[in-house]
Amino acid sequence: MPVTDLANPTRFLTLVNRVLPWLVAATCVLFAIGLIRAMSAPDDYQQGATVKIMYLHVPAAWLGMFGWGLMSIAALGTLVWRHPLADVAGKAAAPIGAAFTFICLVTGSLWGRPTWGTYWVWDARLTSMLVLLLLYLGVLALYWTAEEPGRGARAAAILSLVGAVNLPIIKFSVDWWNTLHQPASVFRMGGSTIAPALLTPLLIMALAFTLLFVTLHLAIMRNEILRRRVRSMRLVQAQELHA
Amino acid sequence: MSAFTALLIRDMRLAVRVGGGALMGALFFLIVVAMMPFAIGPDLAQLARIGPAILWLGALLASLLALDRLFATDHDDGSLDLLMMGPIPLEFSVATKAIAHWFTTCLPLVVIAPVLGLMLNVELHAMGWLALTLLAGTPALTFIGLVGAALSVALRRGGLLLAVLVLPLTVPVLIFGVAAANAAIVGPAPFGPPFTILCALSLASLVLGPIAAAAALRHGLE
Repeated sequence: MPVTDLANPTRFLTLVNRVLPWLVAATCVLFAIGLIRAMSAPDDYQQGATVKIMYLHVPAAWLGMFGWGLMSIAALGTLVWRHPLADVAGKAAAPIGAAFTFICLVTGSLWGRPTWGTYWVWDARLTSMLVLLLLYLGVLALYWTAEEPGRGARAAAILSLVGAVNLPIIKFSVDWWNTLHQPASVFRMGGSTIAPALLTPLLIMALAFTLLFVTLHLAIMRNEILRRRVRSMRLVQAQELHA
Repeated sequence: MSAFTALLIRDMRLAVRVGGGALMGALFFLIVVAMMPFAIGPDLAQLARIGPAILWLGALLASLLALDRLFATDHDDGSLDLLMMGPIPLEFSVATKAIAHWFTTCLPLVVIAPVLGLMLNVELHAMGWLALTLLAGTPALTFIGLVGAALSVALRRGGLLLAVLVLPLTVPVLIFGVAAANAAIVGPAPFGPPFTILCALSLASLVLGPIAAAAALRHGLE
């Protein structure tokens, strides 16, 4: 089935209804494996058991950024191709991305207390994640204030693209402003600096989080399509009452 | 008279004549800066240390002040529709309006910043440099704010929404503006790198801001 077929919301809904149970099952299985592997993984020689926060913190951070990427692609779909489901996809990605960014900040702050001795430091990575959360909240504020869904979606699409251009600049400027956090250590030239015993559970958890993101995204998209149908039905009903 | 100068002069006249728009921003800037010592304390040494930050923050807030009027009045009286249908590209007329806004709102801030710097005990020789960083950085604030103004007029919501949308995007401008000002006043970091990045931010937003704002108007008001 080509992608263009999915432009039909009804076909999309049947596909989602068929795929969603499998996705939920796969997410649960992967989370079970990932959590068991994470719990049985060896403790860090310096940080002890607190290193286990990493298995929630790092995937949440990745998906917080992934969410904005998804929103930007959906924004192109809305503005350039006028794909009817693109604005639904963008709107559905915003709260999930914001939630993952928030989880990343909370777990990071809980992790910072035993390791750095404080819940919050104005370190470069924390600060850029905080700005990312603020940008997510701005997009959500746009959706909340828009009276008509289509108009709000187009405004949010433009803000997503502006944010996508700005996020690397914000990241760079915040790095320039202050660096205390450790540099990237999982994906980098010359291989990972994390021991394989810690890395494998992390990657399983990352996969589980990604599946969770996709599952939630599809479910929210389905609900949004249904919500819009209810809305247009109500409008038709109100017009009929009036006439 | 070309369309550019006609639109520029019209917008500047409107800003100056209606409700003292140009001076209101400067007055707000003065009040924000004057409130700071009440919160921080009158210690001159401390004020001198954070003076550039206070001035930059005050200018950032003051530049937001009149932004929601940038398109709102034109939208209400219909002249925005004329601009959108007119022969000039919308990106160009939007950029012209932003330049007029910069002249009436941000330029007064740059001019009075040295006077406010005196109140914050910023060294005299550094005042020119401080004003220079504001001169180089405030266009970025205006052109980023332009996108927020276009989005909020498209949704017919102003005020707080605009600040919520625009402020996170201005983080880089604030960082490099304060960094350049601090480098000029206390050192020891060189003034050049943050200042040139600040100029780059202004130039980049001069190009990207009008494109995004015009897209927001087109998609929002269709």
